Amino acid sequence: MNETDMFADAARAVLADRCTPGVVRAIEDRGLQAPEARALWTQLEATGLADAMLEEDRGGAGLGLAQAFGVLEQCGAHALPLPLGETMAARAVLDQGGQPQSGQIIALATGRLLADGGVHCAMVRSAHAADAVLVQVGSECRLLAVADARSAVQARAEDAALDWSAAQVQAAPQVAMAAGVDMRTLQAALVAAQMAGALGSVFRRTLQYANERQQFGRPIGKFQAIQHQLAVMSEQVFAARMAAQLGGTPPGGSGEGLQLDRLRVATAKARCSEAALAVAETAHAIHGAIGFTEEYDLQLYTRRLHAWRQTAGSESYWHRVAGEGLLQHQGLTLDLLRRITDVAPAH
Amino acid sequence: MSTLDSLALTCIPAQDEALRAEVRAFLAQATKEMPAHLRARSWGGYSTEFSRQLGARGWIGVTLPREYGGGGRSAFARYVLVEEFLNFGAPVGSHWIADRQSAPLILKYGTEAQKRFYIPRVCRGEAFFCIGMSEPNAGSDLASVATRAVPNAQGFLLNGQKIWTTNAHHCQYMIALVRTSGSAEDRQRGLSQVIVDLSLPGITVRPIEDLSGDSHFCEVFFDNVQLGLDALIGAEGQGWEQVTAELAFERSGPERLFSSIVLFDQWLDWVRTPAGRSEAAVLLAGKVLTQLAPLRAMSVAVQQRLAEGGSPIIEAALVKELGTTLEQFIPASIADALFAAESEDLPVELLMTLKYVTEASPSFSLRGGTRDILRGMIARGLGLR
Ligand SMILES: Cc1cc2nc3c(=O)[nH]c(=O)nc-3n(C[C@H](O)[C@H](O)[C@H](O)COP(=O)(O)OP(=O)(O)OC[C@H]3O[C@@H](n4cnc5c(N)ncnc54)[C@H](O)[C@@H]3O)c2cc1C
Repeated sequence: MNETDMFADAARAVLADRCTPGVVRAIEDRGLQAPEARALWTQLEATGLADAMLEEDRGGAGLGLAQAFGVLEQCGAHALPLPLGETMAARAVLDQGGQPQSGQIIALATGRLLADGGVHCAMVRSAHAADAVLVQVGSECRLLAVADARSAVQARAEDAALDWSAAQVQAAPQVAMAAGVDMRTLQAALVAAQMAGALGSVFRRTLQYANERQQFGRPIGKFQAIQHQLAVMSEQVFAARMAAQLGGTPPGGSGEGLQLDRLRVATAKARCSEAALAVAETAHAIHGAIGFTEEYDLQLYTRRLHAWRQTAGSESYWHRVAGEGLLQHQGLTLDLLRRITDVAPAH
Repeated sequence: MSTLDSLALTCIPAQDEALRAEVRAFLAQATKEMPAHLRARSWGGYSTEFSRQLGARGWIGVTLPREYGGGGRSAFARYVLVEEFLNFGAPVGSHWIADRQSAPLILKYGTEAQKRFYIPRVCRGEAFFCIGMSEPNAGSDLASVATRAVPNAQGFLLNGQKIWTTNAHHCQYMIALVRTSGSAEDRQRGLSQVIVDLSLPGITVRPIEDLSGDSHFCEVFFDNVQLGLDALIGAEGQGWEQVTAELAFERSGPERLFSSIVLFDQWLDWVRTPAGRSEAAVLLAGKVLTQLAPLRAMSVAVQQRLAEGGSPIIEAALVKELGTTLEQFIPASIADALFAAESEDLPVELLMTLKYVTEASPSFSLRGGTRDILRGMIARGLGLR
């Protein structure tokens, strides 16, 4: 537990210092082309966080997703526009598959094998902030360089649709997915933890704003209507955070590195996505017009919350997964709930 | 915000989990013949016989000390029991309040004589309590209670009225919040708690029918009721502090998540059949599951805090507010899912359960403090008030 906090503290220290709103905007605008991007990444590498999910004898700290929760939460809390969590997981996957590390920033995606042997990814989140993409194609993963890809625009400037030729795919390092791991589930768990952090930031900012902004001669937080909206927001943030913590917890409460329980991930991603919508909506309502401006930092978090809601399955995607699981289960719902929620305390 | 970061995932200790199998085997047998629409009443269900059976097995007062007839176990042992009772829809209403609130209150504030007199009978499932807080003009605003207990030579002379008192017509005792000094303007000051033997002369109990046709809550009138000196529980004038502590217990338990669970499970059985399955139903099942799971994790975490001797009042309020919202969402959305298609032959027993839970659901966010009051408490915890 202390060790976990240590990693989260390291992440918080670097991000609070270096991942300022100005830096976030610069990287959002220009991706890895922005000088701020490499500078920030160098700082993050120096903490050892990017390799923290490698085994200790491989130069890492042997963190599983559950122990990495605090780090991921900090990434979300600071709107980090670089895929640190994704890189941590990708490097662990590669290392387990015997691939050497090259210090790259790695995004995650699911891809489709084309008839000609090429690979197409319809959506690579943070493509422009990554050196490479670890793409799951069927039961295998390939590490493909972003610079090599044919790139098409996506709705957000940070993202892209990417295509690689058969030759590039053939030449790419390749690892098998570990049994019981699939890219979408892994990504959903990673995103949920970051959402929990962003939800917390949005909530803290809104609370602070309500205490400062004066109308009718008093802080708006003194109005009962605003108080109640903030109370409801806190409930959403609280529940989403608990759910996100569950999401990273391995099956049966103990397990290896990247092993995930799909129902726990469903809980995490569905709950965080629901909360994202509610929390962003209320935060903007309480901030009034100022929150709607580019210049005001609230948008760094709320835009990201909406994007994350659309990443690795929205709430309905995971409701379906959870619903199928529940319908296949025989007996009391309570027993499935217990399976999802009974988690041995982290040690 | 520290509140939100503070609760960690935790699990129920193995020795307490171990209770589950035995309790479940008993409940499966005991509730086998009960139709779901009756089981759906769960902690509103009433059976003195059932309470005695549980008492005989040591399943009431499990957290109370052995020397008073309790089980001497942790709060988690009770959590496991309660979770099973609610999920099976066991009729635990008669001893519910005594087990949850009154006996722990007596243990905390009572005299040795009071503990010896009341607690063992509670644990045997023989003595039932009700809560006399609300009055016609004091619901959310409890500090304005007007029922008076005026000290006199024999003890206290009680006059006034309580309302919405759950099961007053079935209970031997009420723990009432009353004014022992001062006036309504004094607000929290001058309030005390007294144990009222409901068989005393001068007491009239009148059940009130609720909109579903049940009669569980009552009006209770006190007309010159003479209480003994030993009726006072805790210190005179400390009623407000005592009641506040009591309410934290009332708000944090699994009964704020599972009031609609019998309906949900019964509906799932229907959705598991080819005729009941639909896309909308699968999504709804998943939505409820993924909302219930973090809530249970939160509720267990609050329990952990209680077990450590903390007083997680804000966290308990959060759980109750979210939990009762979900409890109300379940019947509303099941109705929507069932009637989204052209009319079908739906199982009548399911519709009867749905009818009951639909009609009962407004009470979920009233009993134990309304939504607005809880939101106010949370806002206070956030430093807004
Ligand atoms: C099934 C059931 C069982 C019950 N059992 C018991 C029992 O055993 N013992 C007992 O003592 N009581 C019991 N109650 C009473 C319950 O605790 C009260 O109903 C509750 O506290 C609300 O009080 P009220 O009904 O007087 O509503 P009011 O206090 O009149 O409230 C009406 C509305 O005004 C809102 N409101 C009030 N004050 C504020 C405020 N400051 N800010 C914003 N909104 C406000 C409320 O939220 C509510 O929406 C029971 C109630 C139910 C429904």
